[in-house]
Amino acid sequence: MARRKLPEIPNASLADIAFMVLIFFLMVSTMDTDMGLERRLPPMPPPDQEKDDTPPIKERNVFVVLVNAQNQLLVEGEWLQVEDLREKAKEFMSNPNDDPNLPEMTEKDVPFFGPTKITKGVISLQNHVGTQYGTYIAVQSELVGAINDLRNELSQKQFGKPYNKLNSDQQDAVQEIYPSRISEAEPKKIGGGK
Amino acid sequence: MSKFRKDSGKELPAISTSSLPDIVFMILIFFMVTVKMRDVSLKVHVVTPQATELSKLEKKSLVSNIYVGEPLAQYQRTFGSEPTIQLNDQFAGVGDIINFITAEREARDEAEVPFMITSLKVDQYTKMGIVTDIKQELRKASALHINYSARKKETVD
Repeated sequence: MARRKLPEIPNASLADIAFMVLIFFLMVSTMDTDMGLERRLPPMPPPDQEKDDTPPIKERNVFVVLVNAQNQLLVEGEWLQVEDLREKAKEFMSNPNDDPNLPEMTEKDVPFFGPTKITKGVISLQNHVGTQYGTYIAVQSELVGAINDLRNELSQKQFGKPYNKLNSDQQDAVQEIYPSRISEAEPKKIGGGK
Repeated sequence: MSKFRKDSGKELPAISTSSLPDIVFMILIFFMVTVKMRDVSLKVHVVTPQATELSKLEKKSLVSNIYVGEPLAQYQRTFGSEPTIQLNDQFAGVGDIINFITAEREARDEAEVPFMITSLKVDQYTKMGIVTDIKQELRKASALHINYSARKKETVD
């Protein structure tokens, strides 16, 4: 009895299977792009510097943000939610109505803008040792966001495009009007509790 | 009876697709090889916090990572459950950071050193005490350019 020849398995669909595997790998391997909040730390003060003789900053020029161990915010002596922080910071940095309680403005000649009033405001962020990192980042993000918003609004008004589409000279000018001055207090090792 | 008569009766032979799987497999293997896997195995549990103002970390080669979080369950017996620092592949203390930064700098080209970024991958429930300590150490090591790693926050509108 002669062996019957086995029918050949069609291999036309092998390509489709391979494509399916390929697409699966392409989807799964998200080249996990690292995103983050970029900051610059202040350099360490030289050890021989005893007392800094910079003039003290006036109280109206400082936007104090305190975060305690219960992740609550005290902004300018007022209990506030993280969601409301951005508006408050924007109001502080822009001071549209020359409010005497908001920071002083100095007149300065800025390229593209002519004489402009520039704020002397500084944002000061202090946190407790027990503050949660997540809250700290949320606060930082809102403060950076406030300044970014102001810059975007200004460049939209002046140049008709968002801040990151401007060329570097224009960006410098906008930066001069809304500087990113967020200072963090030197850590203090006082106060009770962990 | 021309020699150049169009033979409309005969059909064109189909292009053989038998080598298509091989081509696709080649692409597949190329992708599998080039996808960069995470180069350290995490020994701490890190879920980064959410934020809105994010920028992308360009130039992966210039980034040094500091992980902070609770040790994974299998290490908790030896290292406890308090948030711990992980540098490269091992647990470390705050005092090791300066050495770590120095080693990272030496591994890079001298011209690239000023552009190095330290990425802090910190768990969102960590207390700020340890983060502040790390920041102080980084300042001492003058590694001032840092990046708080975070996830994009989905805005609910």
